[in-house]
Amino acid sequence: MNARFGDPLGEGRPDNPSRREALKLGGLVVAFLWLGGGAKVLGRAVAQGPVAAGDPAFAPNAFIRVGADGSVHLVMPSIEMGQGAYTGQATLLAEEMDLGLDQIVVEHAPANRKLYANPLLGEQATGGSTTIRYCWTTMRQAGAAARTLLVNAAAAKWKVDPAQCTVARGVIRHEASGRTVGYGEVANAAAQLPVPEKVQEKDPSAFALIGKPLRRVDTAGKVDGSLQFGIDLRVPDMKIATVKACPTFGGKLVAVDDSRARQVPGFVAVLKIADAVAVVGEHFWAAKQAMEALDITWDHGPNAHYSTEQLFKDLAEASKNGTPIPGKAVGNVDGVKGKALEATYQLPLLAHATLEPQNAIVHVRPDGCDIWTGTQVPARCVDVAAKLTGLKPETIVVHNQYMGGGFGRRLFEDPVEQAVAFARQVSYPLKVVWTREEDIAHDRFRPAYYDRIAATLGDDGKPLAWTHRITSGSVLATFAPGAMAKNGMDSDAIECAADLPYEFPNVKVEWVRHDPPDGLHLGWWRGVGPVHNVFVIESFIDELAHAANKDPLAYRRDLLQKNPRALAVLNLAAEKAGWGKGSLPARVGRGVAVAAPFGSYLCVIVEAEVSPQGEVKLRRAVAAVDCGVAVNPNTVEAQIQGGLIFGWTTALYNGITLKNGTVQQHNFNDYRMMRINETPALEVHLVDSKETPGGIGETGTVMAFPALFNAVFAATGVRLRSYPIDRAALVQGAEALKAVVTQASDHGQAQEGKV
Amino acid sequence: MIVLNINGESRSVDVPDDMPLLWVLRDVIGLTGTKFGCGIAQCGACTVHLDGAAVRSCVLPVSAVGSKAVTTIEGVGASAVGKKVQQAWLDIEVVQCGYCQSGQIMSATALLAATPEPSDAEIDVAMSGNICRCGTYVRIREAIKQVATGQKVAPQTIPNVAPTASPAAAAAALLSFVRVEDMA
Repeated sequence: MNARFGDPLGEGRPDNPSRREALKLGGLVVAFLWLGGGAKVLGRAVAQGPVAAGDPAFAPNAFIRVGADGSVHLVMPSIEMGQGAYTGQATLLAEEMDLGLDQIVVEHAPANRKLYANPLLGEQATGGSTTIRYCWTTMRQAGAAARTLLVNAAAAKWKVDPAQCTVARGVIRHEASGRTVGYGEVANAAAQLPVPEKVQEKDPSAFALIGKPLRRVDTAGKVDGSLQFGIDLRVPDMKIATVKACPTFGGKLVAVDDSRARQVPGFVAVLKIADAVAVVGEHFWAAKQAMEALDITWDHGPNAHYSTEQLFKDLAEASKNGTPIPGKAVGNVDGVKGKALEATYQLPLLAHATLEPQNAIVHVRPDGCDIWTGTQVPARCVDVAAKLTGLKPETIVVHNQYMGGGFGRRLFEDPVEQAVAFARQVSYPLKVVWTREEDIAHDRFRPAYYDRIAATLGDDGKPLAWTHRITSGSVLATFAPGAMAKNGMDSDAIECAADLPYEFPNVKVEWVRHDPPDGLHLGWWRGVGPVHNVFVIESFIDELAHAANKDPLAYRRDLLQKNPRALAVLNLAAEKAGWGKGSLPARVGRGVAVAAPFGSYLCVIVEAEVSPQGEVKLRRAVAAVDCGVAVNPNTVEAQIQGGLIFGWTTALYNGITLKNGTVQQHNFNDYRMMRINETPALEVHLVDSKETPGGIGETGTVMAFPALFNAVFAATGVRLRSYPIDRAALVQGAEALKAVVTQASDHGQAQEGKV
Repeated sequence: MIVLNINGESRSVDVPDDMPLLWVLRDVIGLTGTKFGCGIAQCGACTVHLDGAAVRSCVLPVSAVGSKAVTTIEGVGASAVGKKVQQAWLDIEVVQCGYCQSGQIMSATALLAATPEPSDAEIDVAMSGNICRCGTYVRIREAIKQVATGQKVAPQTIPNVAPTASPAAAAAALLSFVRVEDMA
């Protein structure tokens, strides 16, 4: 972290280790720091307060509950949305407790910041690829503390030295005498012992679970339909609603004529709030049919004529005339002599499209409120419910659930807030289920970006100067305003741009803030800041390699000589992909990208084929990953596979566009997802690393874009600087290519000879 | 009243004729393993079997079911093929969030019951109606191959059960697989 960027963030703030560590970790991590503090791992105080597992015999911290019957319940501070967090957290706890994963039960944590805040985020939140990064210490310490107390209790009972005892699968054994006792039998005694201030974690050589491809703890119920997601819950006496918010962002509800809706069998009620209407039915079908029968009058408000064209016009204008905030400065980029290149990239708004649509069950009573939902921010759900209902926070209970995908969407509690606003109007529990159309139209969109990037190359083709001006709205400014730096910088906007894996003698990275109009909400999206910046940087590095007449992989290798971990994944991917070996057919190309997002190092090579009609087909991909210690290598591989496909889906098909202030995409017919027949052969190679674990859940998505676009360039000679892929620009034929290259200047075009 | 045969049981429901089978299953009968993803037969999360054939229940009016046998994810494990598919899904850990996987397993089971040794093209055709937002397609392909061939085609996970086999045997089992790419 460079001084220019780091200092403003650090001023006037407590200089605690977790904060300093977090500053190195980027935007979403910094986002939460203003809330301060994290869960205390050790110490009796932590065990007080509400716990998820009843009244266990032994609860040395917020995460572990051992019953006198020997049952072990582990409370999961980070939520499970598919990324494998429950298995990872349970593995770390079970490893230190010498238990098998079959011997434990995992539980959703209740909303409780004091007990379950993520110390890297300072909030009870799951995001930013932080779970394993913080749990690596937190969970192992918690597990080791529990084991120490249980062993001490057994040793005291036997009047022996605890050091003479071993544990296997929850059974403590005194080696000399052969006596054994189970955890449950000493749970009560262990609960009476003082919690040690510090405990020793296992030496990695003794790991029995960490590093093994253990089966996930949550999947058995996901293959037979028995595991319930939030949308599956049914509580007694509930009714089911679907909702429609004003299609124009920032608009309001004026009037509703429900005379036709009332004729729908199963219709129960129409509920209204300022900007949305809900129809309640005996089942979802009745609610949906009745919704379609409503005649709704909207006040479309101040954004009734807003469009995507306006959005990018405004961003371009701000990029040219706005006030840049410095993100990084090394040397002086001005006046550097050499071959100059510049390019403009622009990236669209994006929706999350979790396969489980937004939903919540809310029961508001005079004395309290129950909320059943799947959320990445349970404590924030309590906050909004308390604010809307006036109820005391301690009377509001969030029953968190397994999530059918998150990707950042469930870091925003607006669906819960809306459900509470409707549910407080009725006496029964109200289940609110969004249609897919509502889910896409009223997402919290990944910001649009407008990047101008330039470089000056020396005689050897290497960059002497690097200038990157990013222009975008800020997610951080609304999500956690206190986390914005004093100089107005949003650390997420420049993550992976201010800390390049390459070393250049003169660097200037800056950000111009330009927010969209009120009511168009921006959100965190899988990959957050890096998914934007790494696409632009690794595409432009490819442009520089081409301008320097160098092989793009060899060019990067030259630039990474002082970055051994990045160099190692580059070389590994090159070897596994057979880079430079054999010849490829016409209109088939390979693209490479390398980066270090979220504390991990990755190189991805994609082989793509572009049809004469401009259709892009992925043929093969190879990923090399150094994420430090892989707690569960099977999960790491899965996250890279899935993360890549998540990114390629967007690169090939996605972009939210607006016309008359309304989202133009509706469902999976026009917001397409990649399918199995489009999925390439995909290899993931892990570096055997002893380094502290890095994040993994978002990294594949970050790498997907530049690797694919560089492959498309290699196949066609056409540089695309926006997505989704413009097939018209890739149509074969000199005339067609010439025409589309001219058109491409609308989106940005590399121009030699000027900066 | 409409009488349905669901997972071998007869169920009477009092619902409108045009109500899609999906909502009858989820909101009336309480079989919530069948998922709602799009409502327009684009994502396949709602896939069930009608006399063994995979159909999208979100656009199937309940009145069109008639006397055909409805099988859902809750019942598919009763068939030998369904059980093998579920096991392969666990063995190589296909699942991430899991929301689409009911539909994926129903489509895969229908495919394998009709075509025990599907080609890559047949897998693509049968499975391309099912979206997975987590991107588990590589492993779906591998799991189907595993059922079809009886061979371990991808690295196996270690089951979370009390150990019985020797550690050496467990390690050997993990290493003995062939990659799908090597099989062609």
